[in-house]
Amino acid sequence: MENITVKVNGVEISVPKGSTVLEAAHAAGFEIPTLCYMKEINEIGACRICVTEVNEGRGFRLVAGCVYPCSNNMEILTNSPKVIESRKRTLELILSTHDRKCLSCVRSGNCELQKLCKDYGIEDGSVYDGVNNQYEIDDSAAHMYRDNNKCILCRRCVAVCGKTQGIGVIGANERGFKTYIGSAFDMGLGETSCVSCGQCIAVCPVGAISEKDYIKDVLAAIADPEKTVLVQTAPAVRAGLGEAFGLPIGTDVEGKMVAALRRLGFDKVFDTDFAADLTIMEEANEFIERVQNGGVLPMITSCSPGWVKFCEHYFPDMLPHLSTCKSPQQMFGATAKTYWAEKMGIDPKNIVMVSIMPCTAKKFEIGRPDQSAAGVPDVDYSLTTRELGRMIERAGINFNALPDEKFDDPLGISTGAGVIFGATGGVMEAALRTAVHTLTGETVTDLPEVRGTSGIKEATYKVGDLDVKVCVASGLSNAREVLEKVQRGEADYQFIEIMACPGGCVNGGGQPQVPMGIRNFVDIREERAKVLYNLDKSMPLRQSHNNPAIKEVYDTFFEKPGSHKAHEVLHTSYVKRSVN
Amino acid sequence: MNSSKSTVPFKGTPEQEAQLLEIIKEKKDSQGALMPILQKAQEIYGYLPIEVQKIISDNTGIPLEKIYGVVTFYAQFSLYPKGEYTISVCLGTACYVKGSGDIYDKLQEKLGIAGGECTPDGKFSLEACRCIGACGLAPVLTVNEDVYGRLTVDDVDKIISKYA
Repeated sequence: MENITVKVNGVEISVPKGSTVLEAAHAAGFEIPTLCYMKEINEIGACRICVTEVNEGRGFRLVAGCVYPCSNNMEILTNSPKVIESRKRTLELILSTHDRKCLSCVRSGNCELQKLCKDYGIEDGSVYDGVNNQYEIDDSAAHMYRDNNKCILCRRCVAVCGKTQGIGVIGANERGFKTYIGSAFDMGLGETSCVSCGQCIAVCPVGAISEKDYIKDVLAAIADPEKTVLVQTAPAVRAGLGEAFGLPIGTDVEGKMVAALRRLGFDKVFDTDFAADLTIMEEANEFIERVQNGGVLPMITSCSPGWVKFCEHYFPDMLPHLSTCKSPQQMFGATAKTYWAEKMGIDPKNIVMVSIMPCTAKKFEIGRPDQSAAGVPDVDYSLTTRELGRMIERAGINFNALPDEKFDDPLGISTGAGVIFGATGGVMEAALRTAVHTLTGETVTDLPEVRGTSGIKEATYKVGDLDVKVCVASGLSNAREVLEKVQRGEADYQFIEIMACPGGCVNGGGQPQVPMGIRNFVDIREERAKVLYNLDKSMPLRQSHNNPAIKEVYDTFFEKPGSHKAHEVLHTSYVKRSVN
Repeated sequence: MNSSKSTVPFKGTPEQEAQLLEIIKEKKDSQGALMPILQKAQEIYGYLPIEVQKIISDNTGIPLEKIYGVVTFYAQFSLYPKGEYTISVCLGTACYVKGSGDIYDKLQEKLGIAGGECTPDGKFSLEACRCIGACGLAPVLTVNEDVYGRLTVDDVDKIISKYA
């Protein structure tokens, strides 16, 4: 590609033609602050924090660095007095309509606006205070709330909802000073066809949207001597939690996480990976049955509750394609409150099942119908990775100094197939490892065709004399594309894996927020997924059917995959929902 | 959350819907189709309640929120029908300094609706206007064709009861 030369703060640098001022500055080692800008998703140049002085031969002037293209021999000043003055003014104006409850705001300490105010020395946030709009907090959805009094109208949430996920249940209503982010006809988010994926929360620069926090309830359960409090952790949590404690993106903190959970007082620290292995046993069996008995194909995975809800709202006619398997979170709770409770002689009513998830849709999922195998909810509280981070911090646990500890037996025993569930393609790979073994007796491990962060992946595997054509999609606009192709009869897949969040659970809506200034240049999906694939590689057992705890649970409780008992405990049903 | 769904019952006819569907079919594949569709829809129905916006959303694939965002952005679109009587209060400079703002507030309170809205029984709609050329009579309001001038807040009840 053709290159051009620019000078950033006196540093000469060659950049590809078409680079923005922001990209050129980054290449030269200078970061330009942003609030609204998200690469390729929200390039609207609206917030004006990125203003930068450029000279294209007609003198210096301020431009929006995030979208302004470089020209040859352009001089760029990212830190001139004029730039700083302008950014300060913009911050003061944003603050004039921002509810400055910074002392206890959930984002205090990792708020992008707060950091800018500190960096630019905004000593008085009230200089432009005046009449303000007052907004009611919308807590109608199961998984999150919106407090528009803190919203700075950057529209990042609108962009991920509409573009990345192809849903668009939130947007800017009214105009000018009255503009606010909301849903059609001021419906609460819970009334809309929001799928609870939480991608909006993951990108919010401030504390305007956040998950519903259940830390208090979990602490109360731990303090109750009558209750046995179990915790399960999803695969992707170990790949993201470290970020809450300043560790680099892509740090594996499995051992420290287990140690922290024990120190928080959970009676047993179990692993959702066990239930991922269980899911594979059921799902691989279901797939083989569908193929052999002329069942509905392609079969589509059902682990991602955001995806399931999306299918219920937007593709209700395709619900028969969904695997009837509960998600690993729910299978875990159901197994703990039936099999484990029976084994331990504990009344399931006295078990409190807590899950730690990289996900906000899991908060919605625990309240779904047909998710109470023992007559009580399979899972009582579902916390995000962020909530766990806050819990650990509040308890004064020095996370980074913790020793590595191991999960408890037997529901903490898992295989490499279970841990890769957290990345796009992982469920497919794990399912094929077991399905191939069941059908042909062969041992399969690495399936590189379904790995990687691209939104849609296809592969064909020869299994015995069968050609199995598979597809893997992550991010719901990609899912929509695949489903429409299937509906039009243009795709003859037998098995599809769909995860609601781009890149899978590692990039879930419940993972620690990464400042957009970093996200725009680092692929967090890839960095976090590496943790899971490295764990998989390092494990002695890499196929779900080789998990000894899984063998035991079938031998002593479920009999075999797809048995009557397995159906009662581990499978579920779906409902049609409307679009709003 | 307060829902701003119109409380005036929707009285769309199958003929109106057929007309709207025809327009959508004609325009939906062109770029920037939403604005002309909304303008036609408002011509057909007189306003753009949720029922109408849903028809547009279902038949174009444009999310309902996106449509609602556009409708609430432009002053030319209304979420509410016109009432049997349209009360229009002049908020032009002369009327405003003579206290028409208070009259407008009183009307909103009395009718239980905000400016731009219509009472649930379909009787009154309320709007603000700019100078009707009767500054000598400030503050002024009109009810359909009738003009009322030199008003005080206390006149509001009497005017409403005349039409109720």
